[in-house]
Amino acid sequence: MQKFTLKLMVVLLLLNLSGCGYNTFQALDEESKASWSEVLNQYQRRADLVPNLVNVVKGYALHEKEVLTQVADARSRVGSIQVTAEVLNDPEAFAKFQAAQGQLTSALSRLLAVSENYPNLKADQGFRDLQAQLEGTENRITVARNRYIATIKDYNIAVRSFPNNLTAMALGYKAKPTFTVENEKAISVAPTVSFEDKK
Amino acid sequence: MLLFILITVAFSAQAELVAIPPLTNQITDLTQTLTAEQSAQLSEKLAAFEGQKGSQIAVLIVPSTQPEDIAQYSIRVVEAWKIGREKQDDGVLILVAKNDKKMRIEVGYGLEGAIPDLIAKQIISEVMSPSFKQGDFYGGINNAIDTILKLIDGEQLSAPLEQNASTNLENMLPLLLIGGLVFGGILRSIFGEFLGGTFTGGAIGFLAWILGGGILMAIVFGVIAFLVTLAGIGGIGQLGGLGAGFGGRGSGPFSGGGGGFGGGGASGGW
Repeated sequence: MQKFTLKLMVVLLLLNLSGCGYNTFQALDEESKASWSEVLNQYQRRADLVPNLVNVVKGYALHEKEVLTQVADARSRVGSIQVTAEVLNDPEAFAKFQAAQGQLTSALSRLLAVSENYPNLKADQGFRDLQAQLEGTENRITVARNRYIATIKDYNIAVRSFPNNLTAMALGYKAKPTFTVENEKAISVAPTVSFEDKK
Repeated sequence: MLLFILITVAFSAQAELVAIPPLTNQITDLTQTLTAEQSAQLSEKLAAFEGQKGSQIAVLIVPSTQPEDIAQYSIRVVEAWKIGREKQDDGVLILVAKNDKKMRIEVGYGLEGAIPDLIAKQIISEVMSPSFKQGDFYGGINNAIDTILKLIDGEQLSAPLEQNASTNLENMLPLLLIGGLVFGGILRSIFGEFLGGTFTGGAIGFLAWILGGGILMAIVFGVIAFLVTLAGIGGIGQLGGLGAGFGGRGSGPFSGGGGGFGGGGASGGW
């Protein structure tokens, strides 16, 4: 009877520990995928806004060809990158994705900077609406990226710390890439663009 | 030494951020801009709306959000306050940074359809900003609230007091306890104190684990069930009290219902 009790305890212990973090990986892996989808979702939303924005700006500032072309190019590059959940396990593809989105970000901010010079454009209701939507989308992207960084942090800690790292190694779970600062030089310079009306 | 420096830097960097005040009322005014009477009026209106429609709206007035952008501060506030109902995500925060001359309307996931960014922007530039320019903060906030309430009123949301049926562990706890006691009592009479307790503990722990309680929670539950069964039914009185403690949802002061935010809304200035 004593032996039976012992065996039972061992079985219960195994059930309770459920094998060194396997379940943790499943949960964190799913969470990181979900937060990644949200990031993609918001980037997509921004990409969808770009054609309309370009059209409106074109109507008032046709000779700003250079900036408009840059935006259109960056937009098509973003659209040409195939993004799936697999990007998460491929640091190179991830870096490429990030670079493309970063280019679109800077092209868009240049476009908005240029539009400051066109009072008629700034007064256009359609432009103002698009600007508000773009602003909201950029903010959502920031939030989604921060949340993605936080979930990846949890995931990577789980993958790398002992004894979970043994399980991770055995099952092929690798640390996932996360967002970095896109352009350190550009950030160290104080921004001159403002979304607000100067009054 | 390096570690020490890093820690100090990390702490001082954190200390510079504006703290998030605790949520105790619909209106949190850290600048004494609104009179007590005006505050009470607005709270009452928002509380009445919550009772009728279920959505939670909160107002926060701070002197400044520096060094953070108002949007960054705002998302931190709503992540801490969690206004709006869980799963409905129907919370709205109206944030005013008085000295920065900035305001933001932060809209929960569930209301992004009723209050799109564009509309939020319009409320800021056409309703709040003109009043704020004249120093009429109460008027601006009051009108903004009225507009927002009207927008939410047109949205189909679930009834206010309806509790979403969810099988999370807290809801299952009383059942788990009572079931465990009955189950434990039977096993105890068959196998004796220790073995019966072990069985019950294992079963309860396993159940708690299956229901998503996490391993630590499962072990704790298992051990409790083991001890209770070992001790017999005598412990039932205390456990009943424990179960009741989990059941009730606090009324009284205002608190967030667990609503989620994703950065929707708009910012502006005056």
